[in-house]
Amino acid sequence: MSQQNSSGNRDGSAGAANTGPPHSAPAKPIQIKVVLLGDAAVGKSSLVLRFVNDEFQENKEPTIGAAFLTQKVRLDDTVLKLDLWDTAGQERFHSLAPMYYRNAQAAVVVYDITRAQSLDRAKSWIKELQRQAKPNIVIALVGNKLDLVADQENEEAEDADADADADADADADTDAEHTTATEGKERQVQTSTARAYAEESGLLFLETSAKTGEGVVETFTEIAKKLDLNQIASNNQAARPGQLNSGSANVNFLSEGSQSEQRNTDGCAC
Amino acid sequence: MDEEYDVIILGTGLTECMLSGILAVEGKKVLHMDRNDFYGGESASVNLAQLYERFRNGAKPPAQFGRERDYYIDLIPKFLMTGEGLVKVLVYTNVMRYLTFGSIATSMVYNGGKIYKVPSTPTEALMSSLVGILQKNKARSFFSYLQEWRENDAATHQGLDLNRNTMSEVYAHFGLNEDTQEFIGHAMALHLDDKYKTQPARATCDRIIMYANSAARAMEDKRNSPYIYPHYGLGDLPQAFARLSAVYAGTFMLDTPVDEIISDQGVFVGVRSGEQTARAKQVIGDPSYFPDRVRKTGRVIRALCILRQPIPKADAQSAQIILPQRQTGREHDIYVTCLSKAQEVCPDGVYLASISTIAETNNAPESEIGAALKLVGDIVEKFVWVSDVFEPTGDGTKDNVFISRSYDATSHFETVYDDVKDMYRRITGNELVLKNRNEN
Repeated sequence: MSQQNSSGNRDGSAGAANTGPPHSAPAKPIQIKVVLLGDAAVGKSSLVLRFVNDEFQENKEPTIGAAFLTQKVRLDDTVLKLDLWDTAGQERFHSLAPMYYRNAQAAVVVYDITRAQSLDRAKSWIKELQRQAKPNIVIALVGNKLDLVADQENEEAEDADADADADADADADTDAEHTTATEGKERQVQTSTARAYAEESGLLFLETSAKTGEGVVETFTEIAKKLDLNQIASNNQAARPGQLNSGSANVNFLSEGSQSEQRNTDGCAC
Repeated sequence: MDEEYDVIILGTGLTECMLSGILAVEGKKVLHMDRNDFYGGESASVNLAQLYERFRNGAKPPAQFGRERDYYIDLIPKFLMTGEGLVKVLVYTNVMRYLTFGSIATSMVYNGGKIYKVPSTPTEALMSSLVGILQKNKARSFFSYLQEWRENDAATHQGLDLNRNTMSEVYAHFGLNEDTQEFIGHAMALHLDDKYKTQPARATCDRIIMYANSAARAMEDKRNSPYIYPHYGLGDLPQAFARLSAVYAGTFMLDTPVDEIISDQGVFVGVRSGEQTARAKQVIGDPSYFPDRVRKTGRVIRALCILRQPIPKADAQSAQIILPQRQTGREHDIYVTCLSKAQEVCPDGVYLASISTIAETNNAPESEIGAALKLVGDIVEKFVWVSDVFEPTGDGTKDNVFISRSYDATSHFETVYDDVKDMYRRITGNELVLKNRNEN
């Protein structure tokens, strides 16, 4: 656990995760690879879009051409640059490449609270991460689509059906096969059940709504607080993707072409 | 998968995944299938359990080798050079960002029973004991000739036509002897045998220039060899290109049997898996999906040796050693590579030595690689296998079936890239032009 974490005093409170570069600290941001995992259409892309662009698209089409998005998070004097990697739909037929998550420092494993099956899938991803990923990876288990059950849990369902269709596919990572899954808005995964599993497995646990934004920023700040930044910073210096790492000399291959890293520091990185 | 696609790709080897990524970026609707539940096919890097499953009938790996999953063992060992075509594709497609590369510590060549460091530049070559005293001036003339040579400037040609004169004629022009020829043709141009000498010199000269450029780049970066290698093994290369394809909406289905290639009047129309049929205009795949449409062209012997120490005399965390054919009395060179924890391909204290060459006899494969086995020193465990090499019988222009070539015994990816370019030309009717991926 890093110093920043133990102090528990991150800059600002609510909006800390969305701040830009710090005023004082000139230190280079620490780059963190965060992967999104989970069954198709649980809302992985929507969580990222809410976090990075603070937006939500109903009936979102799969994103084409975006390899990952980045967002800076400030933690005390340290700026973290989170590279948020999306699955690019490869999970749809259980064909996600291990390369995708192997060297991640953090993973957000998402399930849909209205679909019990998606928690089973999340559990199998967590098992896979525990076998294949870095031993100190920070994993957050996230139950998404709180908004779908909010009506039911708070009020008596007024006109449930009207919203249902619009919401059902809102988070779709893929287009097919999920129309049935989220049609019923009943909560199928109780908070206590998922939390108990997360605690037992040493995971962060949050419930979110990519639609309303509830819990989204918190998810990423909780992750940031749990990362061992000292270790990551020293590892990052040793070896970085996209570069040729040879002892002292780090050669940036990308400088060979005319494209630069710059266009990828913010927003769409493809 | 019951849909219509532009192209269906079978097998997730490097050639197939490169084409998948390139075609998806160009807007083609791609369905990519593999019968295995892992990416890479023959170009996968397997873990220790998978290796024992394949070569030891599923026996458990001994505990002394550590965690099975800490191993990434290439079934087709190769290195990359920064100047080669594959690296250009990695850069221009931005796939490089998915990978972490390190350098190979040393490059050596076997001569008279000993191994010597391969000089990494023409200048170093002139100082090396591999080039005899009387040859040094002659070699210098040859290297400066290549440096100054311009296709459109006859004054730089010295009366030679590199597109017509053979390499033997070029060697003779500069008075280079057998030893110098061996060093240039095998350690720099990386030819597996001496057939190149009777062919037009241009291809060999291009390879020497590519080697020299890569070596010069290595010097600038303070690396000791022109070779680079991705962390976690070569198996990450096809995975990285598969991701590129997926990012551009390519659909991936692993663990999916391919039960039938469907043709209508000799022209490809679709692929059936179980009860489902995907239709497309074209199909691309590796030879294992088209046993009736390929012919065997040779066999490659490969060996993997698990060591507890670096290769003696090379004494580095990673190395390439070339044993030129003349030195071992063979017709083809033997390549030895050594990798370790520095490349994240095995646990600390383990070294993985790979040996590969083209089979020349029907004798026990080990007898053909004896010199290399001796060179790698004490071997704790050894796996030796022979792979058939296939090429397609047709070029796909009639039946819309485009089949890749098997991976050969060369130590680099130039032949893979040549195949990708050639297939791309046949598939699209256009030359492959590398462009920056700048669209948002």
